Amino acid sequence: MSIRYSLLAILDAGPRHGYALKSEFEAATGNVWPLNVGQVYSTLSRLERDGLVLVAEEDDGQKTYRISDTGRQELRRWFGTPVVREVVPRQELAIKLVFAMRAGPEQVRDVVQRQLVATMASLQEFTKLKATAERDGDLAWLMMLDALIFQAEAEARWLELCEARLARVRPELLPGHEDADATRDVERTP
Amino acid sequence: MRVLSIERVGRRYGAPPRQVVALDDVSLTVEAGEMLAVMGPSGSGKSTLLQLAGGLTRPTSGRVVLCGSELGTVGEAGLSLVLRRRVGFVFQDINLLAALTAAENVSLPLELDGMRPRSAMATARALLSSLGLDDVANRLPAQMSGGQQQRVAVARAVIGGRSLLLADEPTGALDSLSGESVMQLLRAQSDDGCAVVLVTHDVRHAAWADRLLCLRDGRLIDEVRPPAGPESLLRKDRV
Repeated sequence: MSIRYSLLAILDAGPRHGYALKSEFEAATGNVWPLNVGQVYSTLSRLERDGLVLVAEEDDGQKTYRISDTGRQELRRWFGTPVVREVVPRQELAIKLVFAMRAGPEQVRDVVQRQLVATMASLQEFTKLKATAERDGDLAWLMMLDALIFQAEAEARWLELCEARLARVRPELLPGHEDADATRDVERTP
Repeated sequence: MRVLSIERVGRRYGAPPRQVVALDDVSLTVEAGEMLAVMGPSGSGKSTLLQLAGGLTRPTSGRVVLCGSELGTVGEAGLSLVLRRRVGFVFQDINLLAALTAAENVSLPLELDGMRPRSAMATARALLSSLGLDDVANRLPAQMSGGQQQRVAVARAVIGGRSLLLADEPTGALDSLSGESVMQLLRAQSDDGCAVVLVTHDVRHAAWADRLLCLRDGRLIDEVRPPAGPESLLRKDRV
């Protein structure tokens, strides 16, 4: 969905042909979302069908697109609407922890530790990139890196909390303990 | 060049059976130009490690070597000389002297070390200027933001060219952007050749370091280095 609006936003600055849109999109998002040129053209034809972009000119079979007034209105509406958060993101790490729990607390501790090291390493790399972005005065890229940094921070803090909870939990509540299932059943009884 | 070497250090408080083990068999080294972050929950031994590194407390076992001097073997006078010349501290509580301007706060360590006041002040102003803090040089701490105060405190900690900068939760009381400006300053000190040890529980700020060590219950449990080589997570190739 955001590809559609990103292309509109790029066209809002002036007419472009398909390949230029692909390159600008990738540069603006630091190649986090590589875009194939087929995706660009299929999105453009849907935007054209919906009257949001117009073909400005056609030269040797290469079309140049421009944004229409309706397209501009649609772009303003997008900027003015908050993004809806997925309530239950299908996050591989969360799923991994849930199933590691069945194998026992040692397995969870291992998953948490390895992930924490990997997440911190990513955080270090984003931070290095940020120092470069700061020097270049690239504000859009800087804010994008901030987003990645805060997401990684949230994950690291969550993992630390998981670790702390594991250290504190009563052994009889852990899987593998003979009373575990019985205890949980009792606790769930209203 | 190795600035700090902590070798199999332990620190215990009290006597058995009520003994508290703050640090247990911890070893690490820090080179000139390297920034090390030590992370861990409250009570994991982070601050004790920093106090040992800065000679503020002595280990109950193992040894601490700072710029070639083993801190346990130099006398009190020698120790205070090594610390004054070689080590700078930055704490969460900024503790600049309230009655002195930024420039006076920064020049004070040089004056205490015997430099003439005019030279000390000129050196302090030059340092503040190189750190982008010209506009606060004549302000009292109360006239500066928290971020500016902490950056001045970093300047005070490194004036005179210290080999080791020890920072204990230096961003703890600051908002995100001010915290970041302090981290940039610490990073710049390290890039200029100072060894920096940062103690923090903030993963975002720890990520500014070259290496991260994790402490749990007084023991080092993990070390993180950034991924090396060309397989970077992101590439920013501008068109």
